[in-house]
Amino acid sequence: MNWIDPHVHMVSRTTTDYEQMAMAGCVALSEPAFWAGYDRSSAAVFHDYFNHITTFEPQRAADYGIAHYCWLCLNPKEGEDMGLTREVLAFIPEFLERPTVLGIGEIGLNRVTKREMESFVAHVDLAMEHEQLILIHTPHLEDKYKGTLQIVEALKRDSRVTPDRVLIDHAEEHTIDMIREAGFWTGLTLYPNTKMAMDRAVDIVEIYGSERLCVNSACDWGPSVPLAVPAFAMAMRRRGHGAELIEQIVHANPAAFFGQCPKFVIPG
Amino acid sequence: MTESNDNACPLSQREIIDTYFMENRSRILDVAAFLDRLERARVKDAEDDFRFRALREAMQALVGDSATRTKDIQMILSDPKTDLLDERDQQSADGAARE
Repeated sequence: MNWIDPHVHMVSRTTTDYEQMAMAGCVALSEPAFWAGYDRSSAAVFHDYFNHITTFEPQRAADYGIAHYCWLCLNPKEGEDMGLTREVLAFIPEFLERPTVLGIGEIGLNRVTKREMESFVAHVDLAMEHEQLILIHTPHLEDKYKGTLQIVEALKRDSRVTPDRVLIDHAEEHTIDMIREAGFWTGLTLYPNTKMAMDRAVDIVEIYGSERLCVNSACDWGPSVPLAVPAFAMAMRRRGHGAELIEQIVHANPAAFFGQCPKFVIPG
Repeated sequence: MTESNDNACPLSQREIIDTYFMENRSRILDVAAFLDRLERARVKDAEDDFRFRALREAMQALVGDSATRTKDIQMILSDPKTDLLDERDQQSADGAARE
C-alpha cells in the first residue's frame, strides 16, 4: 500500500530511514519547520535551515523515490521571542515560491503565552497575505487542551481563514471535537509514549470517521517511529477495517489536503 | 448479547478480549509495579507530587463506568486554566497541571 506521511522531521533522521520508508510504501512526505532542541541564536540559522529543507532533504528523499515537501515558520517553542519572530518572518516570503514549499507550518503555541499568540497570529497573517496552506502544531501534554482552544478561537476570529486550508495536528481525544466542529482538518501523531497510541488512533477513526483525518509519525530526534503510518495501517487491519478505508486515511486524505497547493503532485 | 451500531468497533467484545487481553494485562501489571516501586522507594519524598496526584485521580476514572474514560483522563491530566500566560515559565510540559 502506498502512503504519505504528512508530518516528519527528516532533518533529524538518517538516510536509512528514507530507504526503509520507501521500502514500506512511502511515496511522499512533508516536513514542517520545527524546534532544533534548543532556542536558536539568530535569524541566520533559520535561513540556513529553510535552505536545507528546500534543497538537501528533497534530494535525499528523491534518491529513494519519495517526494519531499515542506512548511516554513519559526516554531512555537521559539515564539516567545518576538524580535526573532519578526526577523524570520521578514525572509520567509523569499522561500515561498520554491517548488516544494506547501505553506506555513508548523505554527501554533507551546506554553500558551501572550507572546506565543502574537507570534502565531503574525504567522497566520503572513499565510493569508501569501495565500498559503497552514499546518498547526498544538501544545504538548497538560497544555494541549488550553492551547488547542486558544488556537481554534484565534483562527475563528480571522475571517480570512478558510478551515479546509488548515490542518490542526497532534489532536487527541479531548481536542478533536473542537477541531472538527470548526471544520479544520485533523492530524493524529502516532508516538510511542506521548500524543496518540496506535489503537487509540484506530478508536478515533471508528468514533469520528475518516473525513478530513490524517495520521503521521512526526518522527524526529525524540522517541518516534518513521514507519508509524504503515504500523497504523496494520493496526486498522487487525481491528477488522478494510483496505479502502485505510488507503483513504494514509494516502487520499493527505493528498487531498496538500493538493490544494498547486505545487503538490499526487504520487504513487 | 446486545448489538450496537453507532461508532462501533468492528470486533465483538469476545474478539477484542481474545486479541488485546494479553497486551493490556501486561500494561496493568506495569502500572501496578510502578506503584509498588514508589512504595519501596529509598526515600519517600514525593507522596504529594502533582503528577502522582493526577495519576491517582486518573486511576479512579479508569475504574468508573464512564463510556469516555480516555477523554475524562485527558482532562484530569490537563491544565484547567485556559487563559494565556503572561510569559513563558518553562520550555517543556510536565504531563499534568501543577495546581
